[in-house]
Amino acid sequence: MAWLVLLPCAVVALYFIWGFGAYTVFLSFTKSSFLPNHQVVGFAQFAALFDDPRWWVAYRNMFIFGGLYLFSCVIMGIVLAILLDRVTVGETIFRTLYLYPMSLSLVVTGLAWQWLLNPTSGVQQIMRDSGFEDFAFNWLASQDYAIFTIVFAAVWHGTGLIMILFLSGIKSVDGEIWKAARIDRVPTWRVYFNIILPQLRTTLLTAVMLLGFQVVRSFDIVVALTNGGPGFASDVPARYVFEYFFQRGKIGQGAAGAVIMVATMIMIVLPYLIFEVRRKD
Amino acid sequence: MLKQRTLKTAFLYAVLFLVALYFIAPLYVMLVASFKTLTEIRNSSIIALPSEWTLDAWKKAWDGACTGMECTGIKPYFIATFEIAVPSVILAILFGSLNGYVMAKWRTKAADFLFAALLIGSFIPLQLFLIPLAITLRELDIFGTTVGLILIHTVYGIPLTTMLFRNYYVNIPDELVKAAIMDGAGFFKIFFNIILPLSPSILMVSVILVFAGVYNDFLFALTFGETGKKPIMAAVQNIVSSSYGVKEYNLNIAAVMISALPTLLLFLVAGRFFVRGLTQGAVKG
Repeated sequence: MAWLVLLPCAVVALYFIWGFGAYTVFLSFTKSSFLPNHQVVGFAQFAALFDDPRWWVAYRNMFIFGGLYLFSCVIMGIVLAILLDRVTVGETIFRTLYLYPMSLSLVVTGLAWQWLLNPTSGVQQIMRDSGFEDFAFNWLASQDYAIFTIVFAAVWHGTGLIMILFLSGIKSVDGEIWKAARIDRVPTWRVYFNIILPQLRTTLLTAVMLLGFQVVRSFDIVVALTNGGPGFASDVPARYVFEYFFQRGKIGQGAAGAVIMVATMIMIVLPYLIFEVRRKD
Repeated sequence: MLKQRTLKTAFLYAVLFLVALYFIAPLYVMLVASFKTLTEIRNSSIIALPSEWTLDAWKKAWDGACTGMECTGIKPYFIATFEIAVPSVILAILFGSLNGYVMAKWRTKAADFLFAALLIGSFIPLQLFLIPLAITLRELDIFGTTVGLILIHTVYGIPLTTMLFRNYYVNIPDELVKAAIMDGAGFFKIFFNIILPLSPSILMVSVILVFAGVYNDFLFALTFGETGKKPIMAAVQNIVSSSYGVKEYNLNIAAVMISALPTLLLFLVAGRFFVRGLTQGAVKG
């Protein structure tokens, strides 16, 4: 009986997840263009991918965006968690305010920030209306800065979750520490940074992993906020792959991009996994 | 001493308040804009309250806004999304809870292997599934249909629900199941009469997480949505970015607001479960 019940689960795992994944890897070695084609051409699609300057812009953006996003979310998350841990009145209200963006979709997030960063309606106009005539803030239309607008929006969406992870971590630390610290007259901030936070190593790793996977997958927020523009300046691999699959009819090259996405993820996770396995041994 | 403490507290709240402004700003700006007329949007600051509150934009966004040639508002897309989300939630939870039960209580090598395969697989970027999915849906003749999207969301919802239920059921004492077997209860009887009633909270967590996932999905909606009946996120993105004629900002913003409401309300009503699901999924995933 148990076997029969697990049958759909096996189909999902082996066919829809691992089977599909393997098939896309296979496609990256074939001549596939508008339609999947099973004629193997070796690494030609990867060569085409690496010859495309657009791919490198997208790939580099993933690291710029990812680095800033991870850094900002983690720092803000930790600081907010500590501040909320200090607060006696109003914790619930502030927590809700920091956390609600998490329930919104990344499309809504992107569209909301587009409105706020739009030069004719948003921040630039507010500043000009309030007397700063020359104030310029037009990152959304800037080749160099558009990618940073995605960081703003994504941090707004992701910080709450990191904060709540650390807040529950901080609260779960033994209360005796505070009594001991008071007797020894250790300043509050030192208790947090020298005693409590070092104990939350696992929380930090969880947070980094969680956000890291989000970075590689990020598609919605980019499409909604900049659609990869201006030009291709704020493109990311997930969007690049999608475009090559469905709009340019270059399935093989898109698949090669998708394979590089996974390879990058594995390269980032592998050191951590090896470290964890060694620690358990 | 006392004065220093008051000063510290004041500073603490000032910081919390400033950060709160950053989080509120986008929602506030959208909310006020959605109650303004188009002329007022053009001529007033985005932070100013409407001089005259009007629901016109909300009404028109609901059933009059245009995407390209169609002027149906977002109502049909909204309804279509629920037609996809409700069956997907039920199916993903049905399969996930059964899987979780078997994996937690009837542990075999094969079950452990499947669990690992699901868990590791759930980290694979969805882009890798798009082409094979397109082929499979075409072969089943359900490409660009509601049924197709229900299948997709059920399939890719199962890893999440399986993980949530398995981790929950692992903590239920084995004796409970053993005693029921002694009494001659069968597999499904144990599941429906003993296991399932024990899990209202994990059921809540799963319903909320899967629903929010399906409702907020954009990638599958965009790729496999039915023309004219695309799920909400693809539709709203399309309305906002379509460049026919004059941009009616108040309309676009009201459409975004309406599309944001269901999960936002869900969060305000049941935020506890939201947080539990996401942090649990995070910690154990």
